[in-house]
Amino acid sequence: MRRSRYAILLATVLGTLSFASNSAFAVKVFISNEKDNTVSVIDSETLKVIKTINVGQRPRGIILAKDEKWLLICTSDDNRVEVYDTKTYEHIKSLPSGPDPELFILHPSGNPLYIANEDDNIVTVVNIDSGKILAEIPVGVEPEGMGMSPDGKTLVNTSETTNMAHFINTETQESFAHVLVDNRPRVAQYTPDGKYVWVSAEIGGTITVIDAATKEKKHTITFAIQGINADAIQPVGIRIDKAGKKAYVALGPSNRIAVIDVETFKVEKYLLVGQRVWNLYFVDNEKYIFTTNGTSNDVSVIDVKKLRTIKSIRVGRYPWGVVATKK
Amino acid sequence: MASQINNAIDQLLKRGLLNLALAVLASVTIFGSPHLSYAGGISTPKADALPEGTKLVPIMYLRELRKRPFPVSLLDIPPKNEGISGAHLAIDDNNTTGRFLKQSFSLEVFESKDQAEIVAEAKRLNDSGNSIFVVDVTAETLLKISDALKDKQVLILNAGAPDQRLREQDCRSNIKHTLPSRAMLTDALAQYLAWKRWRKLYIVTGPQSADKLYRQAFLRSAKRFGLKIVGENNFKYEVGSRRSDGGFEQVQKQIPSFTQNAKDHDVLIVIDEWGQFGDYFPYRTWKARPVAGTHGLYPTTWHPGVELWGATQFQNRFKRKWNRVMRPLDYNAWMAVRTIGEAATRSPSLDAKDLIAYIGSPKFSLAAFKGQKLNYRDWNGQLRQPIFLTTAKLHVTVSPQQGFLHQLTELDTLGIDKPETKCKGYGQ
Repeated sequence: MRRSRYAILLATVLGTLSFASNSAFAVKVFISNEKDNTVSVIDSETLKVIKTINVGQRPRGIILAKDEKWLLICTSDDNRVEVYDTKTYEHIKSLPSGPDPELFILHPSGNPLYIANEDDNIVTVVNIDSGKILAEIPVGVEPEGMGMSPDGKTLVNTSETTNMAHFINTETQESFAHVLVDNRPRVAQYTPDGKYVWVSAEIGGTITVIDAATKEKKHTITFAIQGINADAIQPVGIRIDKAGKKAYVALGPSNRIAVIDVETFKVEKYLLVGQRVWNLYFVDNEKYIFTTNGTSNDVSVIDVKKLRTIKSIRVGRYPWGVVATKK
Repeated sequence: MASQINNAIDQLLKRGLLNLALAVLASVTIFGSPHLSYAGGISTPKADALPEGTKLVPIMYLRELRKRPFPVSLLDIPPKNEGISGAHLAIDDNNTTGRFLKQSFSLEVFESKDQAEIVAEAKRLNDSGNSIFVVDVTAETLLKISDALKDKQVLILNAGAPDQRLREQDCRSNIKHTLPSRAMLTDALAQYLAWKRWRKLYIVTGPQSADKLYRQAFLRSAKRFGLKIVGENNFKYEVGSRRSDGGFEQVQKQIPSFTQNAKDHDVLIVIDEWGQFGDYFPYRTWKARPVAGTHGLYPTTWHPGVELWGATQFQNRFKRKWNRVMRPLDYNAWMAVRTIGEAATRSPSLDAKDLIAYIGSPKFSLAAFKGQKLNYRDWNGQLRQPIFLTTAKLHVTVSPQQGFLHQLTELDTLGIDKPETKCKGYGQ
């Protein structure tokens, strides 16, 4: 506790110093605050909250659509996906989602939307233009993580209690392979070349790397942080850079982001961030990574080049998901 | 594969409807005849009815029907299917993973008031090839079952007896305990009282032998975490009609006068495991003091109001299936059956020998909506777990409390630790 406060203080000082080197053009970062029913909008240049949008109940998963014109939010307790204008922040419409939507992903073509219904053991497929439900795909108990192959042909869904990654053919909308991973899988992420799927297991404390072609487990990544109890190391969010070189994994209540070499699977560094970090996102052409820290109600900003946490930004209560515009 | 899954989903849907119907029937009969044997929701799939290549893991559930007076609050009257319902939910959870791995889990329930009958049934089941038992029985019955199956390849999962001696001097290597010992519960409470610096305690203990065991556990916890017992008193009651028109008028006068002469304290600890008087204490004590122990602020493995660590969907699943909320005994039984499911998913084979070895190995971990992995202590078979401290409606905190450290895992600050245990030769 004491250590992380010190780090944030230090980070704030460093952050202030590094402003001068910031790029000129700013992008918007959107943070869903699970307990506040709001979305915080942060300007990537000033690193300040410029707007707080009131949204539906229990906002969690958050993504962009329609060439970044739409902001889509899973409002879990309202059982729908809400759509907001990323410029005016006005509510455009709501999409049906099936019960208790948690995480979702868009087809690379921009439509349809695939939604994990945590309380109903299905993945719901929705056309974002017409708002029509196209299909419901049965999966394991408590579906959560959603990963999409770069070619859009395969969707990977994780189920938290069944402890599997389910591979779904997006054309036939049927699952065709099921790979056992460690306990309570949360997030599935393809490597940019589409060859591997990384799956985080929150309670298992591992990342399973699955060969996307053979569905064989290629490697299991484990973590060890000096002075931190192994029980507190709980991997959730995964992001891999465009070059496919480095992966960044949020480690929950250990308050760290692991930096991993994608080729060798070696953990190179642990970065201290806020408390109970779950999700993360590249911002401003991979200049920064923003992390959502649930129990400290803030977002940590990591300078990717320096691999250092440079600032923490106070947002709403229990920040959950994060997404950023590219322009 | 997909059509197979769809079939499985259809089956699950049908089962769900069937279970709902059974739950409704059960809830109608609960109050009518308190000792009617309840068969549970799902019929046991027989090995020959399974899809080709699917292996069956049969789990036996033994339950001793114990005579207890009804607790004073209508809200606390146990449902007839308490415990068994949790086991059935875990069977469903096991089977959703199982259908992808060609494994099927079944539950066979035996209930009786008679100890000898239960022990005989355990032997009979074992003779016919069953080796995995989930039991909700008294400590005495549990030891009899364990000793009757002493030299067999069996695993007995205790979901109903919190007695310390089962983890200590009377420990048995064929038993694992999913529910916490009384010492773990009282340690969880004592840590929080120490953290709050509410150190001066006055204890009121009920007349049951369970109350005396809880008191012993609490005294040890108080000493361990530096709390001071400023005074004690015993509460006597006659078991009688809990339902009479009126009664509060007398209780309102009785409790203040009972606590009038208590030496100054920060918290009044009430110990009443059967729920016969503990609920009379909050808001009625002579001095304005919080009440903790078995009532007021109390330690428990589970609470139906908890939504931490993704428990919402788990609570909802149970409610949809059984039309009531999940109680601690349901949760303890769920953990026992999930323990078997988790082992079956990851052990090299489904032979009892391999399953038991896997559960006892460091590789085993159970995800049970407690925010971290749970496993069994290798020196006495007790499941390590965080403990909720709750009021009737919601959790206040979860122990272990921050700052209570341990060289291996902070979960071992709850209960008797390895260096102090009297359990010898466990697992050998």
